Amino acid sequence: MRMISQHCFLVSKTPNICLLQWTNQIRFILIQNRAGKTRLAKWYMQFDDDEKQKLIEEVHAVVTVRDAKHTNFVEFRNFKIIYRRYAGLYFCICVDVNDNNLAYLEAIHNFVEVLNEYFHNVCELDLVFNFYKVYTVVDEMFLAGEIRETSQTKVLKQLLMLQSLE
Amino acid sequence: MPAPIRLRELIRTIRTARTQAEEREMIQKECAAIRSSFREEDNTYRCRNVAKLLYMHMLGYPAHFGQLECLKLIASQKFTDKRIGYLGAMLLLDERQDVHLLMTNCIKNDLNHSTQYVQGLALCTLGCMGSSEMCRDLAGEVEKLLKTSNSYLRKKAALCAVHVIRKVPELMEMFLPATKNLLNEKNHGVLHTSVVLLTEMCERSPDMLSHFRKLVPQLVRILKNLIMSGYSPEHDVSGISDPFLQVRILRLLRILGRNDDDSSEAMNDILAQVATNTETSKNVGNAILYETVLTIMDIKSESGLRVLAINILGRFLLNNDKNIRYVALTSLLKTVQTDHNAVQRHRSTIVDCLKDLDVSIKRRAMELSFALVNGNNIRGMMKELLYFLDSCEPEFKADCASGIFLAAEKYAPSKRWHIDTIMRVLTTAGSYVRDDAVPNLIQLITNSMEMHAYTVQKLYKAILGDYSQQPLVQVASWCMGEYGDLLISGQCEEEEPVQVTEEEVLDILESVLISNMSASVTRGYALTAIMKLSTRFTCTVNRIKKVVSIYGSSIDVELQQRAVEYNALFKKYDHMRSALLERMPVMEKVTTNGPTEIVQTNGETEPAVLETKPPPSGLQPTSQANDLLDLLGGNDITPVIPTAPTSKPASAGGELLDLLGDLNLTGIPSITAYSKNGLKIEFTFERSNTNPSVTVITIQASNSTELDMTDFVFQAAVPKTFQLQLLSPSSSSIPAFNTGTITQVIKVLNPQKQQLRMRIKLTYNHKGSAMQDLAEVNNFPPQSWQ
Repeated sequence: MRMISQHCFLVSKTPNICLLQWTNQIRFILIQNRAGKTRLAKWYMQFDDDEKQKLIEEVHAVVTVRDAKHTNFVEFRNFKIIYRRYAGLYFCICVDVNDNNLAYLEAIHNFVEVLNEYFHNVCELDLVFNFYKVYTVVDEMFLAGEIRETSQTKVLKQLLMLQSLE
Repeated sequence: MPAPIRLRELIRTIRTARTQAEEREMIQKECAAIRSSFREEDNTYRCRNVAKLLYMHMLGYPAHFGQLECLKLIASQKFTDKRIGYLGAMLLLDERQDVHLLMTNCIKNDLNHSTQYVQGLALCTLGCMGSSEMCRDLAGEVEKLLKTSNSYLRKKAALCAVHVIRKVPELMEMFLPATKNLLNEKNHGVLHTSVVLLTEMCERSPDMLSHFRKLVPQLVRILKNLIMSGYSPEHDVSGISDPFLQVRILRLLRILGRNDDDSSEAMNDILAQVATNTETSKNVGNAILYETVLTIMDIKSESGLRVLAINILGRFLLNNDKNIRYVALTSLLKTVQTDHNAVQRHRSTIVDCLKDLDVSIKRRAMELSFALVNGNNIRGMMKELLYFLDSCEPEFKADCASGIFLAAEKYAPSKRWHIDTIMRVLTTAGSYVRDDAVPNLIQLITNSMEMHAYTVQKLYKAILGDYSQQPLVQVASWCMGEYGDLLISGQCEEEEPVQVTEEEVLDILESVLISNMSASVTRGYALTAIMKLSTRFTCTVNRIKKVVSIYGSSIDVELQQRAVEYNALFKKYDHMRSALLERMPVMEKVTTNGPTEIVQTNGETEPAVLETKPPPSGLQPTSQANDLLDLLGGNDITPVIPTAPTSKPASAGGELLDLLGDLNLTGIPSITAYSKNGLKIEFTFERSNTNPSVTVITIQASNSTELDMTDFVFQAAVPKTFQLQLLSPSSSSIPAFNTGTITQVIKVLNPQKQQLRMRIKLTYNHKGSAMQDLAEVNNFPPQSWQ
């Protein structure tokens, strides 16, 4: 027990986060606007509510100071954040340090293109008023911290079917 | 009771709030309304209320009172209810609340529902936030769904299985039969998720890994089809068919091919094909290439392939997109130790990256540059690195300066060049240099006797204008104190000598003393330097006496003490003064706990045979060292990290022979340091002739029980005034019945000749269980340390 908490101390201050070290998966997906308001927060790992809030604030602080001169990857605690800015929204995916940055960058773009198709030229307000639909889109494309479906046509077909059930 | 407002209305209303307080008020009002609505058990509007609650939760307000309502929604028959209910469960519930277990039954029913969308919802929720208990209960259902013919559900079931395995690794066996036909899928989505499932299983269990190795040919075939086949509109991204699937397959191949020759060979062709055929104009192509490079580096690929991989990385470095440059630099950093020569070819591109605008790229380029420096390119590289030091951000300067010092020390072509470089670093980044640089530099200067005049002259000129950079001023003061006579005599072979008088030298030292910018340590240096000059200068002794006596009443205790003692030297012990303030002898380099056995050639000559099995004690040294520190408790103990392997695993006799060269085999009695449970450890001592503070201890560990002791690890800790170096042991297992021993050598540096004490920690496996013991060794004979 002592050994584990020692190891934790070397890694981060919160014990929970260190236990999740050796899995190669997405930790969370965040969509935030420039002011720091969260438009979507999908967590694939266990965090406390206050940990979640802290993470959201930290990600916002780290990502908004970067501009076009910087790369789209940031080292964050002992993970990595891959982010892309679309108009006023930052789409962030938090992954393990060993993951393929470029592939996840493509995944973000894929996701945004699906949103665009689904909401017909999506804008931030669409995401606000239809937040539960945005979660559905996320769940169609990502599951258990992995990319699930990559074909845009298939995802859109599923989404339209789900919509018809309402 | 009027109908609760719709979600859209609520959102619109909240958005009109102009202040945080207004928003809070609206939300509280709405929460109260929702709470009373929940109390009324109203089925029709529950869905709407929970949706509003979730929106408010997203804004950051507490919403826990809605948890049970979510469960009720999940249990409802309407699809819209279920959807919001599951969403609420995923957002509001987590493992820590026992409430979530109530969901288990609902999810079980939904997993067997007639509508695939309901089944999908259930799988999704289970996959995102299922706890270990839930996973255990529902794993059977997930496994069943993994075998259905419905591809929509198979995809979700596969990833849900991944989550289950992550939570409860023991259940992995259960999913094994279902995986038999996974790769025969035509549906890309199912294929993709199946590959993820296989990857997860292989990463978790070595048995699965060997079991799945036979899938390599099939994977290769799938990958080939992906590349060769024509345009497929469904999965196409910028002209490349299903890049995500390609990347995942490459990663699985990487895991399967690691450490396995046959699999690696089967993959060679396809990897070369992917590497050469993929289009690199867009990010997508580069993502695939990057994964390919990572795979090539990790498996046992042939050298041609590795060179191809490094060339790809080199091409990445020239790309306009900074993301790609960053990714290339990170990978090159990982491979520079193993494929050094290939990386050297791209040195000039890497050095160009030092001028990039992005901070993280600059940092990686700097680390990589240091890794590539060797005797051949030192001059050119150093020029670039010094230029970089000039212009980089402050956060880099300390690391860069240390790196330059290390590189200069290893590869300096001449002493003058070395001193010039260090001077340049001190003048450009003087305030960022680490504290240990000053003593190291001073030691270096004392060692190069012929350069003393040149050095002191350069240093004098450097601080003439500006004495704010503390390390520079410290070194300069020390040198002027030591070699002031050379300075005023105007002898200098290396460059044009300056004409300096004694007064001028004292002027500058005094200004350092007085200046506000000088740290206390610097002042100490300056005062001592002035004192030393009293024996080297002839005309200004009185001035020196005056200065020294002024500081006898300084507020700074350190300065005061020095001044008072120096005063005493002048008054009462003047006959001893010249002897005391003589030139310093050449200082020896202090031995440190480094891996001094490995010669780092950085690709210059053929690297020595480094192919040995790693020592058992080499794994995770920091955590073990910290552990030892923790268990020992005291602040005065320094832990020891055992060194890395030598080039030949020496036998016990061989090591001793190596040491016999300069050893004094006096009759120091050996001691039994530890004897318990059949394990006996004896210490034998030798003192070094050349360095009286070094004691060499050879430990012999023997085993008198009837079973062998395996994985034996010996660790030691000594008080802070000592330094310890552990060489690698002769083996890691002690045979039974005293038929053999493990020998290991420890070198102890004891400059203060204090009584030797040591705490030892032993770990080994015996009779099938892991043993561990701590002991203190106090019975060192006096001859071993006096």
